[in-house]
Amino acid sequence: MKDCIFTINSNELIAKSVYRMTLTGDTSDITNCGQFVNIKLDGFYLRRPISVCDVQGDVLTLIYKVVGNGTEKMSEMSEGESLQILTGLGNGYDLTKSGGAPLLIGGGVGVPPMYLLAKKLISKGCKVNVILGFNTQDEVFYENEFKALGCDVTVTTVDGSFGVKGFVTDALPESYSYFYTCGPEPMLKAVYKSANTSGQFSFEERMGCGFGACMGCSCKTVTGYKRICKDGPVLEKEEILWEN
Amino acid sequence: MGKLSVNLCGIELDNPVIPASGTFGFGYEFAEIYDINVLGTFSFKGTTKDARFGNPTPRIAECTSGMINAVGLQNPGVEKVISEELPKLKKVFNKPVMANVSGFSVEDYAYTCALLDKEEQVGWLEVNVSCPNVHGGGMSFGTSPDAAAEVVAAVKAVTTKPVIIKLSPNVTDIVAIAKACETAGADGISLINTLLGMRINLKTRKPVIANKMGGFSGPAIFPVALRMVYQVASAVNIPVVGMGGVSSADDVIEMMLAGATAVEVGAANLVNPLACKEIIEALPEAMEKYGIENLTDIIGGAL
Repeated sequence: MKDCIFTINSNELIAKSVYRMTLTGDTSDITNCGQFVNIKLDGFYLRRPISVCDVQGDVLTLIYKVVGNGTEKMSEMSEGESLQILTGLGNGYDLTKSGGAPLLIGGGVGVPPMYLLAKKLISKGCKVNVILGFNTQDEVFYENEFKALGCDVTVTTVDGSFGVKGFVTDALPESYSYFYTCGPEPMLKAVYKSANTSGQFSFEERMGCGFGACMGCSCKTVTGYKRICKDGPVLEKEEILWEN
Repeated sequence: MGKLSVNLCGIELDNPVIPASGTFGFGYEFAEIYDINVLGTFSFKGTTKDARFGNPTPRIAECTSGMINAVGLQNPGVEKVISEELPKLKKVFNKPVMANVSGFSVEDYAYTCALLDKEEQVGWLEVNVSCPNVHGGGMSFGTSPDAAAEVVAAVKAVTTKPVIIKLSPNVTDIVAIAKACETAGADGISLINTLLGMRINLKTRKPVIANKMGGFSGPAIFPVALRMVYQVASAVNIPVVGMGGVSSADDVIEMMLAGATAVEVGAANLVNPLACKEIIEALPEAMEKYGIENLTDIIGGAL
């Protein structure tokens, strides 16, 4: 964990309400894919936790959706402005369990952490199959970026305006060695029920601190209470307890 | 004795800055990024007789210059705190720690305090009769002078360590409660715990927090906290630990002028994990600016 000042290189709209921001700064504490950063914004008391989409040297890529006043303020920032960011938060995905042909399932703003994960799995020699789920065509992003990495990509939209009509679970392939997923909780539950291998899930929760101090984001698991921010956000399928 | 040092109930603190319970866990998360031995001490996560998961999530809501939490005293229970957390803490913190205790009956408080009393590393017992997040328990003790005094007497009977009673601001007369605790034998008073608050999500039209209401903290509550510290410090003859929205060296000095012997820092730790370290480092310059030779000289300076 490190609190650093990052300088914005770019901040652009890439789909409906979804922005991609690239920043330069000290990324040395970001050690795994599936981790997140916590961003301080002027005028807002709590920080905004955003998952890491990509890291290349000292350049950090974040993809975020405008869902409230804080992310709206972020979307209005431009090149040259700076942000104070707490980096290297959360456990991230465990790549050692992937097998040779893992399946990556991202829904909405659950797609970004899949990108760095896909990159790492491919460099490990895996054949990576990706399903990206959205509600409608104007929300779709990163299909080509995943293809450029060499992934086999399927896009689903709930209204059928792009790709396969339906949910990510309507596009599950018959065989894969393992899976990794991130997205809204109803999607995670559906994946949990439908998947035929073990896998890892990344969860989202309202956080106070983002580094394990306040117990604001705790959940119950098979192996005891866990803090989404510190012991997660990634949990293994076998330890998940669905509360409702 | 340094210029920053203060004496809290007979124990010397290198400086008056104390991370508040519930914002500092058992210290390890912070020990990853700075040497927490720079602190005066810290108050560890509220501990109860039995393990508690706490409230459902969401437990956190943002406010203007503050936040609401409804964690609900999540902790592993006193036995595990003693067998697992304290040995780990000992590796990163070599000063007496403040043990924060909550309960649901007078017997609970006495049981938990009796066990913690045997722990060498525990310097003070901070007895929380003010957590607003627990139904039917903690809160009621802090809202009545007699009930608060009963907890103090029960705890004093099982410990030789200083007992600091942590009070709720959600009462009509905090001075009456503080005085009752002093009469019952409390060695110190700490205040304020969080103010009961809530937020509603405009899109869902429902409370943001699953428990509907929670404890409001952060810089927004500083003037309320300062006023209550001033009122209580004016009325009792035992040390007062001031807290509520403290985020800077200036805030620490202001709290001490209002009568605080030591000052706890809460929500600030969550938004800036280095907050306490930075406040301690900023104190000498602030003291120079305001012509303060020794911090201990200004305690109650505005009373």
